[in-house]
Amino acid sequence: MSDSVLHVPREELIETVSGLRDDGYVSVLDVTAVDYLEHPGRTDLPPETTPERFELVVTLISHAAPGRVRLRVQVPADDPTVPTLFDLYPGTEALEREVADMFGIVFEGHPDPTRILMPPDWEGHPLRKDFAVGRIPVQFKATR
Amino acid sequence: MKLPLLGDPEAILDRGLEGVDHNFVTGKLEELVKWSRARSCWPATFGLACCAIEMMATGGAHYDLARYGMEVFRASPRQADLMIVAGRVSQKMAPILRRIYDQMMEPKWVISMGVCASSGGMFNNYAIVQGVDQIVPVDVYAPGCPPGPETLMHAILTLHEKITSGELTQRREETGAGANLSVSQQDGQTSTGVVIRT
Amino acid sequence: MSAPDTTVETATDEAVRRREDSAVLRIGEDDGERLEAEAGTSDTSMVMNMGPQHPSTHGVLRLMLEMEGETVMRSKPVIGYLHTGMEKTAETLTYLQGPTNVTRMDYASPLFSELAFSMATEALLGLELPPRATWIRMLMCELNRISSHLLFQATNGMDIGAVSMMIYGWREREEALRLLETITGLRMNHNYIRPGGVAADLPDGWRDEVLTLIDTLPARLNEFDTLLTGQPIYRERLQGVGVINTAECLALGVTGPILRSTGYVWDLRRDMPYLAYDQVEFDVVVGTYGDCFDRYAIRLNEIRESIRILAQILDQMPSGDYRVQDKKVTPPPRARIDESMEALIHHFKIFTEGFKVPAGEVYAAVESPRGELGCYMVSDGSAVPYRMHIRGPSFVNLQTLPHLMQGGMVADAVAIISSVDPIMGEVDR
Ligand code: SF4
Repeated sequence: MSDSVLHVPREELIETVSGLRDDGYVSVLDVTAVDYLEHPGRTDLPPETTPERFELVVTLISHAAPGRVRLRVQVPADDPTVPTLFDLYPGTEALEREVADMFGIVFEGHPDPTRILMPPDWEGHPLRKDFAVGRIPVQFKATR
Repeated sequence: MKLPLLGDPEAILDRGLEGVDHNFVTGKLEELVKWSRARSCWPATFGLACCAIEMMATGGAHYDLARYGMEVFRASPRQADLMIVAGRVSQKMAPILRRIYDQMMEPKWVISMGVCASSGGMFNNYAIVQGVDQIVPVDVYAPGCPPGPETLMHAILTLHEKITSGELTQRREETGAGANLSVSQQDGQTSTGVVIRT
Repeated sequence: MSAPDTTVETATDEAVRRREDSAVLRIGEDDGERLEAEAGTSDTSMVMNMGPQHPSTHGVLRLMLEMEGETVMRSKPVIGYLHTGMEKTAETLTYLQGPTNVTRMDYASPLFSELAFSMATEALLGLELPPRATWIRMLMCELNRISSHLLFQATNGMDIGAVSMMIYGWREREEALRLLETITGLRMNHNYIRPGGVAADLPDGWRDEVLTLIDTLPARLNEFDTLLTGQPIYRERLQGVGVINTAECLALGVTGPILRSTGYVWDLRRDMPYLAYDQVEFDVVVGTYGDCFDRYAIRLNEIRESIRILAQILDQMPSGDYRVQDKKVTPPPRARIDESMEALIHHFKIFTEGFKVPAGEVYAAVESPRGELGCYMVSDGSAVPYRMHIRGPSFVNLQTLPHLMQGGMVADAVAIISSVDPIMGEVDR
């Protein structure tokens, strides 16, 4: 039971999603992203798709014929913008805000483009690969 | 057996106040205050994460925190004496935690429950404050992830002991620092008495 | 079973979709105080702040409510107060350490996050589980569903003002927790379901303990019915409060008891079966009106269905291995380590370096007590996930709050938050 995967160019995202909506994909389950900065040589892309730094991953579900479809959208690092899916599926509002907060991907036309998880004055986007985990070294005081 | 000042316990059980030898008790007011502080230590509801569930379990029927006069978790910090920081403190929550601490009335105490609150625990990353003692003075650290109800009660009893001895209140007045006690984990064991490491 | 009606285009759906003057208050987090000051000068509406430290917001949820008198107009849930950076931390932990991390997300039902994580890893590895491992996982998940729904009963009662319900809910939950502790060693955050199977076989006497639980619980659940279900005050507080319909739910991506409360039959266990749910019999509980009372009743009856499933699991539990016998992912048995140097090295390697997982990406989902819990995992062929994302049902379900609360009294807000049953650890991750 593996989900079908579609590679969609950014420009066709809205069109594809509204097509899927008419085909009975009733809900958007998940919107997330991956930063491929440290893993550029991935091989699971079809030849006509150029790998970019960011990849937006949208998962939709169909109930009538139970199944999920996963859209993978390449988003270049120098122009990290994607059209919002809010007008098609309002449930993407929080999910898109999370992606924007964590990856700095801008959703054009999003009704509430504010940070959702981090404080509003936070700098940087934590889930980008060039954002450090932020460890502080653990000192085992008791052993000294 | 005779209780000091009070008389024969059986007579007291039988006849209530009539059975008391003297109808007044002498003692130092200071001792009385300390005693009553320890015996009605009301915690603030400050549940943050997984540990909060165990904190609530401690208040439930099985572990019965009411035995120590602590079953009333106060929602308003103004009415609480004890803040149990139960869970991980994020960078976004930290200022709010401090504000709530400041709103509590003196004398007040803090128990840091669980490894997350005590040291950041397994989340050594950008989002979590690595130890709530960076924000508020901590009196007792309860270890565990989550500390079971037994450990939490052990921490609470340790704190009660310190409150009754009065040492803690004096130190707080002088230095503003917490007592920094660590207790050992007690879950699933029969108690071996109170072990306090300072 | 008739095919579910999947038409999304209705008038109510439009209301959800509307940008201006919809139920959602779209202002910045810090604007609250400014607006509060401004609203002081107008006499029509004011913005009120609820939380993040509030006894009935289930942890650290904060709400900004725009109110007219006592009526809630628009609102906005403000989250992030428990953001733990778990998805970032997951990128530094091996696949074997991963469940330790995800189990701390949804702390009321930790085993489900572990399960989703393990299923995603196994899909990447292409592992086939031995039947006993599958059934043990099912047993644990149903036990956990019971304890999670009992927790809901306790907190829901407490929020509504039926405080004695809290004592009863905890009493029952302690029973379930004791059983979980016997099997996994911990009351919460078990780290029991791991890639390749489960951490340990079931202990001796597990069958009797499960039997005791499923024998005693039904009578206790009937007590809940006596205490709450038929009680006029309780019904008054919940019935007709926080109503939502199917179209709105689907448009908002809502899953779990909230979606089912609208009368829509959708349960991953039945519709897209995983583990061995196609081999047990149970009913999917649905509501009619989509209000708080339906959500309460669904959760109560799901406990009963879980008990039914447990009874069948007891009958059908196969024997055999509790984890795959694949040298790559499974450490050698303890006895072998004492005898053979190789086994020791093997054991050491698995726990320090972990095992390598083939490159690829996968999404695995399970039906948690709150809805569809998914795990999206990307591997680059190394021993740690390149990216691990959990689709928390609470996070998505929380978006219904403004729609549920709009037009209701502020006193009902408490009942509504409680009926959505969000676990903030999973919302903020
Ligand atoms: S110490 Fe453990 S149980 Fe407590 S909040 Fe942290 S992760 Fe959760």
